[in-house]
Amino acid sequence: MENSVQKELKVSALENGTVIDHIPSTRLFTAIKILKLEKVSNPVYFGTNMNSQKYGSKGIIKISDRFFGREEINKIALVAPTATLIEIKDYKVVSKYTVETPSEVQSFVKCFNPKCITNHQAVPTKFKVFTDDKGFLKLRCHYCEKTTTQENMVFQ
Amino acid sequence: MKNRSLISINDFSKKEYLKILDIAEEFEENPRQKILENHVIATLFFEPSTRTRLSFESAISQLGGKIIGFTDASSSSVSKGETLMDTIKTVANYSDLIVMRHPLDGSARWASEVAGIPIINAGDGANQHPTQCLLDMYSIRKTQGTLENIHIAFVGDLKYGRTVHSLVIALTQFNATFHLVSPEELKLPSVIKKYIKDSGLKYHQYTELESIMDKVDILYMTRIQRERFADPMEYERVKNSYILKNKMLENSKSNMRVLHPLPRVNEIEEAVDQNTKAYYFQQARNGVYVRQALLASILGLK
Ligand SMILES: [Zn+2]
Repeated sequence: MENSVQKELKVSALENGTVIDHIPSTRLFTAIKILKLEKVSNPVYFGTNMNSQKYGSKGIIKISDRFFGREEINKIALVAPTATLIEIKDYKVVSKYTVETPSEVQSFVKCFNPKCITNHQAVPTKFKVFTDDKGFLKLRCHYCEKTTTQENMVFQ
Repeated sequence: MKNRSLISINDFSKKEYLKILDIAEEFEENPRQKILENHVIATLFFEPSTRTRLSFESAISQLGGKIIGFTDASSSSVSKGETLMDTIKTVANYSDLIVMRHPLDGSARWASEVAGIPIINAGDGANQHPTQCLLDMYSIRKTQGTLENIHIAFVGDLKYGRTVHSLVIALTQFNATFHLVSPEELKLPSVIKKYIKDSGLKYHQYTELESIMDKVDILYMTRIQRERFADPMEYERVKNSYILKNKMLENSKSNMRVLHPLPRVNEIEEAVDQNTKAYYFQQARNGVYVRQALLASILGLK
């Protein structure tokens, strides 16, 4: 146990804050955008194309003095379902868990259908999240009932 | 159903559909009852659809209700840039129920969330048109005596036809067998076929209209529009093969009836209108009874 904490410490090197690990390299910048990290004033570190035994190539984000609500962090499950979240206080790992895909998402993904009311008037988007026969994540729009696939997701 | 909106055909259960159809039968017996005398119904047509609007307005008028509204967006405050939310909230102050048609997908759902009074969706873009679906179901039950276990053929544009999609989905609850007749490029989308498969039902696909004539109880015809084809030559090639003629009906079952959501262009020859198997004008008439049943149920009068 002591050993693993030491190891986390080395990787994170944060006094207080959050580490988001195991993000697929190709999705790192999308994850940053979803969490709106371009806009924060806290120190943010990120790395990508790092070797991972489990996932081949991964990205990692570290944010000082910032903690996320579950709901907020679960948003990134849409693009990085393998991501793990590590919270650090006084250089110690206080919690660690894998993100969970939410069953519903609101207001941060655009509907792919150009004729959807949400793309024309100030209507917050709302989707049900489901996986299709082939295991792909999809969003079904509460308004137009059309499906937005993962590759078509645009984040607001 | 009291005070509920009808936005999508998926909003209602099988039991609820059937209840509406039963009430519609009462209205067919007696369509002029002054039960809406103390009600104001708004019909907001943000895009014109004369046929649907007249059907609703006839349904309301025959029940003695008052109608307010507009027939297309250019003659309303919408043309001055008012949002849908503001229009709906305003009109909700003046009426007991809103019937609306709008060119954008999802507009009716949004309206139902801000109105505070019930909304009936009379078509939201390419998405839903649930009252059409209900009148189709009414017409099937009326002509076949049941909605269960029927063989139904859908003919023409099965790819873009919203009416076809809704009716297919609704009939998956009634153990139907589907015969899908269309040109290659206008086949039923796989998301709709998935509903059939998931219900454990069968569908068969054809490109020739003749091949299904002796198999089905209902022949549901639709328009094929030129603009749906990427290749205009392809349209020219197929357009005549989906025109229904009297001769083609000779081998059909005696209980078979021809439905069409109307308006037709040329996909049913006018001579067919005299055939006892032609049912599309009666189908349009049934729309009035079904809409009366919906209005009465939602307003808590039946
Ligand atoms: Zn949408």
